[in-house]
Amino acid sequence: MPRRPLSLLLPAAIGALMVALWYGVHAWLSEDQRFLLPTPDAVLTAFREHGPELAHATLNTAEGALLGWLLAVAAGFVLAVGLSLSPLVRLSFYPYLMILQMTPIVVFAPILVLWVGPGLRSVVIITFLICFFPLVVNTTQGLISTDRNLVELFRLYRAGRLQELWRLRVPAALPYFFTGLRIAATLAPIGALVGDYTAGSSAGDGGGLGFQTLIYSSQAKYPALFATAAVTCALGFVFVAVVVALSWAALHRWHDSYERPDV
Amino acid sequence: MSTVEFREVGKRFGDGPLILDRITLASEPGDFISIIGPSGCGKSTLLRLVAGLSPVSTGALTFGGRPPGSAATEVAFVFQEPTLLPWLTVDDNVELPARLRRLPPGERAERRRKAVALAGLDDRASFYPRQLSGGQKMRVSLARALTLSPGVLLLDEPFGALDEMTRERLNEELLAIQREQRWTAFFVTHSVAEAVFLSNRIVVLAPKPGRIHSEVRVDLPYPRTAETRFSRDYQDLVAGTSRLLRSVAASH
Repeated sequence: MPRRPLSLLLPAAIGALMVALWYGVHAWLSEDQRFLLPTPDAVLTAFREHGPELAHATLNTAEGALLGWLLAVAAGFVLAVGLSLSPLVRLSFYPYLMILQMTPIVVFAPILVLWVGPGLRSVVIITFLICFFPLVVNTTQGLISTDRNLVELFRLYRAGRLQELWRLRVPAALPYFFTGLRIAATLAPIGALVGDYTAGSSAGDGGGLGFQTLIYSSQAKYPALFATAAVTCALGFVFVAVVVALSWAALHRWHDSYERPDV
Repeated sequence: MSTVEFREVGKRFGDGPLILDRITLASEPGDFISIIGPSGCGKSTLLRLVAGLSPVSTGALTFGGRPPGSAATEVAFVFQEPTLLPWLTVDDNVELPARLRRLPPGERAERRRKAVALAGLDDRASFYPRQLSGGQKMRVSLARALTLSPGVLLLDEPFGALDEMTRERLNEELLAIQREQRWTAFFVTHSVAEAVFLSNRIVVLAPKPGRIHSEVRVDLPYPRTAETRFSRDYQDLVAGTSRLLRSVAASH
């Protein structure tokens, strides 16, 4: 929470400056080029005009983003636990994980559409693929970075492997896990939008923000495109805010990344 | 019952150099044995053998006749660092060994209460480790070691990082707790004064490979208090043992 007036004023001032700059560039452009950069009020008008369909598309994209993200968290956690078992397991699986991450989604999307059909299922899988990697890598790193002394302590008390996992490795990995979760949260709405753009479907009102992007660009509705970008951005902020809240709840009492309470 | 016996124990890691050479040593129940010696003489390794964290290479190490790890006697370890779980409160850290052993909740709470009180941590029970001073963290580590009522307590320079006042106070409290619970202690330290104050026996190790150079008997009467440190006998023992340690270090 910002406590000093400066920490509120400064970001607001920079925001105002950027809006002013935006208007300035718009005015500086020649008459016939101004459509390239619609003014903020034109974007607001587009919001009013396309409000209902944007809201509907946002909900569809949010659904795909949330499902893909949750799927990535669950699968990523399980895989990370498996990878943390031994260096040999990591060595054997990492190359294929890298291949998965390097495969361009845009190329993969048409194949996916053939496999599972266009629509929510494809969107969820594409979001999953985009979120998966940072979750696995960060969580694995956390699970294998446990303090050696603490591991010895558990050995001394003859703790079982499951006790060592749940009572030591998993809590110790939480800060890393939340780092992965935060990165994935910023990627999820973008992933869902890209998924919708490349493999979405408008059948049964299933179109999301990616689909709206296709429509608005084909109709040259540039202010509406800006509005779509803003909505996607806002969706990302909601995702990140949820992660920040979860992370605070799990870590603020004991982890050094949060301010020390006075003793 | 809680006799620890080393017979000709040798230790090396893999194909490395000999770390400990023919260590023969037996503890009587209630002994407080300090282990001193120059750096690299295998003091910590010796404790790790007793804890079962590392196997002996040659010779035999037994607890009342049985190998470490399988013995009925509880062995507890206090490390150089407090080694606390940062996400657990003082209470939960102290209770951890009982949890790992899956003791019933009632017994867990009872043992935890006793250990927390013994270590003087009642008013810190709900604190997290980062809210504690170095001395308090070490108390938590000690309380955790006492939770399972060990027969043997291994302490690896536990107070080395603390200021002198705190260290002396904790030394006194440690002795008071031992009088009550009668565990056998193996205490590694770099401080001769600390070794003399705490122990009835001091084992002096020589380095490369680590072996027993000599043993000093400390016949100062118990209970020992802050006053003990001002006694002539104590100061003579500290001076004599320091001289001995210096000669061991000089001959290598």
